[in-house]
Amino acid sequence: MKAIDQTLALAWRSLVQVRRNPWELGDYSIQPILFLVLFLFVFGGAIAGSPENYLAFVLPGVIVMNMLFVTVYVGHGLNTDLTRGVFDRFRALPIPRWAPLAGRILADMVKQLLCIALLLVVGYLLGFRLETSWAHLLAMVALVLTFAVAFSWVMVLVGVIARDPEHVQLFGFTALFPITFVSSAFVPVDTMPTWLQGFVQANPVSLLADAARALMNADGPALEPALGSLAWALGIALVFAPLSVYMLNRRLARG
Amino acid sequence: MDNAIEVEGLVRDFGGTRAVDGVDLRVPAGHVLGLLGPNGAGKTTVVRTLATLLAPTAGTARVGGFDVVREAARVREIIGLTGQYASVDEKLTGRENLILIGRLLGLKRREARARADELLGDFDLREAAQRPAQTYSGGMRRRLDLSASLVGRPRILFLDEPSTGLDPRARRDLWERVRQLQAGGTTVLLTTQYLEEADALADTIVVLDHGRVIAKGTAAELKARVGGRTLFLVVARPEQAAAASDRVAGMVGTQPQVDGETISVPVSDPSLLPAVLRDLDAAGIEVAELGLRGASLDDVFLSLTGRSGASREEPGAGEDAA
Ligand SMILES: Nc1ncnc2c1ncn2[C@@H]1O[C@H](COP(=O)(O)OP(=O)(O)O)[C@@H](O)[C@H]1O
Ligand SMILES: [Mg+2]
Repeated sequence: MKAIDQTLALAWRSLVQVRRNPWELGDYSIQPILFLVLFLFVFGGAIAGSPENYLAFVLPGVIVMNMLFVTVYVGHGLNTDLTRGVFDRFRALPIPRWAPLAGRILADMVKQLLCIALLLVVGYLLGFRLETSWAHLLAMVALVLTFAVAFSWVMVLVGVIARDPEHVQLFGFTALFPITFVSSAFVPVDTMPTWLQGFVQANPVSLLADAARALMNADGPALEPALGSLAWALGIALVFAPLSVYMLNRRLARG
Repeated sequence: MDNAIEVEGLVRDFGGTRAVDGVDLRVPAGHVLGLLGPNGAGKTTVVRTLATLLAPTAGTARVGGFDVVREAARVREIIGLTGQYASVDEKLTGRENLILIGRLLGLKRREARARADELLGDFDLREAAQRPAQTYSGGMRRRLDLSASLVGRPRILFLDEPSTGLDPRARRDLWERVRQLQAGGTTVLLTTQYLEEADALADTIVVLDHGRVIAKGTAAELKARVGGRTLFLVVARPEQAAAASDRVAGMVGTQPQVDGETISVPVSDPSLLPAVLRDLDAAGIEVAELGLRGASLDDVFLSLTGRSGASREEPGAGEDAA
């Protein structure tokens, strides 16, 4: 009970900054809105014949992309705590060792949720209409958040290894761009060269985007890509959670 | 339990560097221990080990009767730590920083707020309470940091170079707080490079150099060890300072400290004074001023390490002089 209170207090601490300074959230919500609008009107005609036709395809893709980008801030925040001594202050307090990490990831889930809601609202204003049900939409949100929790561990590792917060961002975004763009998030797979299609189809970002699209548009099977992305999430968590904790302890033991 | 802090044979290595090399400490409950040493002496490493942030390579340490390795969780319940570098959340306001610590220590929301406001008042931060800590000056940050370590009313408090970066007034304020805490029964271990600070606050001073304890005692005891007196002389012509220093070294047996035209050296036999004057006179060195004063802790440090008190030295510069 006490540990849960402490985790909530640590999550509050990451969120209270957003409440005071909404631009902080803007940092990573304006960008996806820009992406959404630009993709829609610049590529929409070429990819789908018209922006209107492209919207249903690209909106789930942008939601997935944004989820990945927001996880970078988990690593960024953790690294800031490590380099600024805040993490040491927490460690000298009688709280469980995992609480600071759990608090950060929990706060991140709230930010993720806000971003998804924002994109859905903007999508609606641009003309998007849900083809499935609210239950499907909730399933989409749950799937994206589950993947986010798992993927956060990759960024925790980056946050532990990086020298300073700037390097977390540099490394995080540099790694995310190819994974995001060499996927079916923005462009149908069958328009790509065959040698690339194998990679794109196995890419968890594609699976997640396909599942999200099916859950929002009823335009294909949802279960198969959903299970595929959950399998990826499990695999990522199983590898990166222990590895991150191991590397974190190593960094702390070094002094 | 008599000793709030007990350290035996503490060793800590970083890769190939031995930062702490067999330190023993005993701090009775309610005492202020001053850990004095130059940059790189191992002060921070000792503090971080006692605060459960670093595991010892060898030796044992007990804080409040609890082993810092095996009973780390118990230790964390009774200590407060202000590290060498301010460790507040820059994005949070001062008040939010303190509320967070209170909540983490298990205070109810209302209690945490009340405690935060109390400390903000005590530390003269009420006006800045609602501003993000990143807008604070160095001194305000230090005060916030210190209040953060006091939220839980710790029985044992670690302060790592608490007055570094403070202006003289802020430093005196800080000293006043430490005295109040001591009066309230808190055990304090503070590290410092300022000899004056150790002298002003500490019941006992432990001098650390290259990871080893090279002296311990009260300020008075340490001064007595040096013979209690310092010979100082001012040469009339600066270019003769070096020559004068060499001649004094020959007579006293210790290399004096030279600062411009002023030469000072600890002496055990005050009757050397006339002899020094005669010798310099014979060598044609003009003396503008010559006298004896009680030894300062600076002199203690000089006589113990062969180097001057470290506060004005670059890290590593001491190695060359030694
Ligand atoms: N994390 C670390 N990794 C490697 N060496 C370190 C580390 N921390 C301290 N040291 C080394 O240990 C010695 C003692 O450092 P420290 O305890 O910080 O001294 P002080 O606080 O007295 O200045 C120094 O030589 C320092 O370079
Ligand atoms: Mg230090």
